[in-house]
Amino acid sequence: MGSRVGDSMRLKDEAGRRQNEQADMAATEPIVEMTDISIEFPGVKALQNVQLRLYPGEVHTLMGENGAGKSTLIKALTGVYKIDSGSILVSGGPRQFSGTADAQSAGISTVYQEVNLCDNLTVGENVMLGNEIRGAFGINWKKTHQAAHEALVGLGLGDLDPRQPLSSISLALQQLVAISRAMVAKSKVLILDEPTSSLDANEVEGLFTVMRRLRDQGVAILFVSHFLDQVYAISDRLTVLRNGEFVGEHLTRDLGRSQLISLMIGKDFETLASLGSNRRRDARESGEQPFYSATDLGRKGSIEPVDIAVYPGEVVGLAGLLGSGRTELGRLMYGADRPDSGAVTIGGKSTEVHSPVAGLATKIAFSTENRRDEGIVGDLTVRENLILAVQARRGWARPLSKREQKELCDKYLVELNVRPSDPERPIKNLSGGNQQKVLLGRWLATKPQLLILDEPTRGIDIGAKAEIQEAIATLAEEGMSVVFISSELEEVVRLSERIVVLKDHRKIGEIINGPDITADTIVDLIASDGAEAQGVEAFEPEPAALASEGSVN
Amino acid sequence: MTSVIERPSAPQSPHTPSLVNRLKPNLETLPTLAAIVIFVGMIIYGEIAYGRILQFSTLSNLFINNAYLIILAVGLTFVILTGGVDLSVGAIIAISSLVGVMLANSGWNPFVVIVLMILIGSAFGAASGILIQYFNVQPFIATLAMMFLARGLASMLSTTPERLADESPIRTLSTEIKVIDGPKINDLVTTPNVIIAAVVVIIAFYVLHKTRFGRTVYAIGGSEQSATLMGLPVVRTKLAIYIISGTLAGLAAVVYTSKLGIAQNITGVGWELDAIAAVIIGGTLLTGGAGFVLGSVIGALVLGLMNVLITRDGSIPPEATTIITGAILLVFVLLQRLVVSRKRKT
Repeated sequence: MGSRVGDSMRLKDEAGRRQNEQADMAATEPIVEMTDISIEFPGVKALQNVQLRLYPGEVHTLMGENGAGKSTLIKALTGVYKIDSGSILVSGGPRQFSGTADAQSAGISTVYQEVNLCDNLTVGENVMLGNEIRGAFGINWKKTHQAAHEALVGLGLGDLDPRQPLSSISLALQQLVAISRAMVAKSKVLILDEPTSSLDANEVEGLFTVMRRLRDQGVAILFVSHFLDQVYAISDRLTVLRNGEFVGEHLTRDLGRSQLISLMIGKDFETLASLGSNRRRDARESGEQPFYSATDLGRKGSIEPVDIAVYPGEVVGLAGLLGSGRTELGRLMYGADRPDSGAVTIGGKSTEVHSPVAGLATKIAFSTENRRDEGIVGDLTVRENLILAVQARRGWARPLSKREQKELCDKYLVELNVRPSDPERPIKNLSGGNQQKVLLGRWLATKPQLLILDEPTRGIDIGAKAEIQEAIATLAEEGMSVVFISSELEEVVRLSERIVVLKDHRKIGEIINGPDITADTIVDLIASDGAEAQGVEAFEPEPAALASEGSVN
Repeated sequence: MTSVIERPSAPQSPHTPSLVNRLKPNLETLPTLAAIVIFVGMIIYGEIAYGRILQFSTLSNLFINNAYLIILAVGLTFVILTGGVDLSVGAIIAISSLVGVMLANSGWNPFVVIVLMILIGSAFGAASGILIQYFNVQPFIATLAMMFLARGLASMLSTTPERLADESPIRTLSTEIKVIDGPKINDLVTTPNVIIAAVVVIIAFYVLHKTRFGRTVYAIGGSEQSATLMGLPVVRTKLAIYIISGTLAGLAAVVYTSKLGIAQNITGVGWELDAIAAVIIGGTLLTGGAGFVLGSVIGALVLGLMNVLITRDGSIPPEATTIITGAILLVFVLLQRLVVSRKRKT
């Protein structure tokens, strides 16, 4: 696996060999060429030496998990962020834009995930806003609407009435209206930032039709997505980012799905293989009742309805790429988000978990993946952070006594080996691993029966990681149910009895852990789900068709 | 390839639905239409109950007495369309008219005085705009600060009424011009002030509906973030609308001073709220993005006519005027709520 990164570095040779496919691209200069782009935010290297080339008449996908730096790269291109080093060439000349408007006037338009249009105006007004056709007496509305109509016809939206209010059309159509805006501005580069995340399959196909049409007109399209199927359906070429670093640029048809996934998630799989326990027990065979079970639990726009059950003493792993709906499912189970479908049974009783308070009351605890913003309260002490959840359950009217607080601190700081063990130290001065241990202690102090841990080991050193993993294993042995969410598949495989695999906001399968289950099993499952979908979903062209479309350009 | 996206209506020629749409009462124009209906209703009621309403002299006076309010309401229409608010206009009238009267009385050229009075308004508007745009202050707070500043400066200048000399050329702005010589005193008359207000309304209408600047104002009201991302000049436009509002407040000071001939530090207390009420009654959404400048004119006339009717009635104490204004305002805000919730559902 480790050699795949190396493969991508040899891209230039590869590109040279594929001259027949690239004939036109060799003749044309890239319209956008970003080289060695680095951006640093305080304390974070957001982008490090990232490359991106865009050619006219291609759909180029920017791939990567959430947080890989896709949006940052786009903002670097459009000038929303200043780059710290590297160069941006547009049509061969160095350019540094001052913002979206500046980039747009140079022919680089962006359509964002949240459609940025004005829904108090009509479709035509939105298409032409800032480009209205003016005569001697100000804006000529007749001609302006005519031009809007022509722009819409150009995208195959001829039957959309420009005088219709924008608010009366669907989100998918609004997205297409936003694209036609870009076309009115005569854009040569169109950036689509996660345009498909709120569209259904038919709407996605409508969007792709428009994208193909524009590509055939010579527009360079930068498509940002983490939906594998869509990437294979539409894109000619892709650039993969991981943790703000450039992983590689590939022709889409040369790269298999599992190759692409491993490029996206990296391959530090083996590093932690020696850690953790190997508990294997199938709770369901022992005839116990699940502590928690839900059917059709879902929330629109967040995760499609899932069935999930967690037995006492069982660790259930949620696996999937970042953005696949893992966190969303965890939040629904705890009640941090309000589910809009599904029936939940806890401890044999039918219950509704619609708020964190309800979650806590039913003995469910949820530890967030966002330790800094949603987890710790940085300026409070370790003690205050630790007692927070217990105090919240008791209500503010009945404060914990000094003695009770001390007891809790003594117990959990020692049990979880928090260092330094001084309870009066501000928690922000602790290392990430120790902060995480305090957070774990906070939830354990509420004596939960179901503990949902979202990325408890992210960004902490290996030693602390091992301690937290051990603590989880011990808790489960003592009978606690645990839902374990992690982007490190090896870790999920090592700790979980069952693994629920998620992809594109839906559950695609469930694996009962066994000796021959490895991280690759999950990767294959995620990859093959997309491949199977090809036959089923009508909008996905055959690989052959994709190849021929690619060479037509 | 044809797109397979679901359309709200079956495919048809692009102009058929637009005709249908235009025949249907548009939800956005509904509040303004309601204002017109109420205005006409008030005239009919007044004519039946008290008489002598629907005649030249009464209607002429309605415009003459409310020219300043119309001008203020036009300025606030711009501001409210972007989702902002300007509380400083009443205080601007106080400082501007005091400065104007004192300078005119000390022998300054009247044209210079008039220009200066308008520019005082522009300066306060610019200050509000800069605070809002570059120092990220809420419009409410920024214009409130300007209100206190302008009112305070006015009080420092004088706390007693300053009378403009009757022979001052500034007063010619309120000369009555007979347009139609009716029987007895029932003449259709106008003043240069009314003409100024009319010109302001026409220019504002043109700017809002026929220029890119005007479209940007509406776009900002719809979604400021979207407008920015669409590459519209949001910063420049927002700065401009506060300058416009301040400038028109300065102009309103000229119009008001020329009519009354007196300036005082307490002139214009609460007028910003009258102007906001006129804009809201006229159908502009307080959250911005929808409304018409002509609606604001109707709103100002509704308030003016209400005063006339209360005076004519005689049995309603003048103190109750504010309660009635408040009640009308409430009805219109509720009407807008209804419109907004209907829009969300569709």
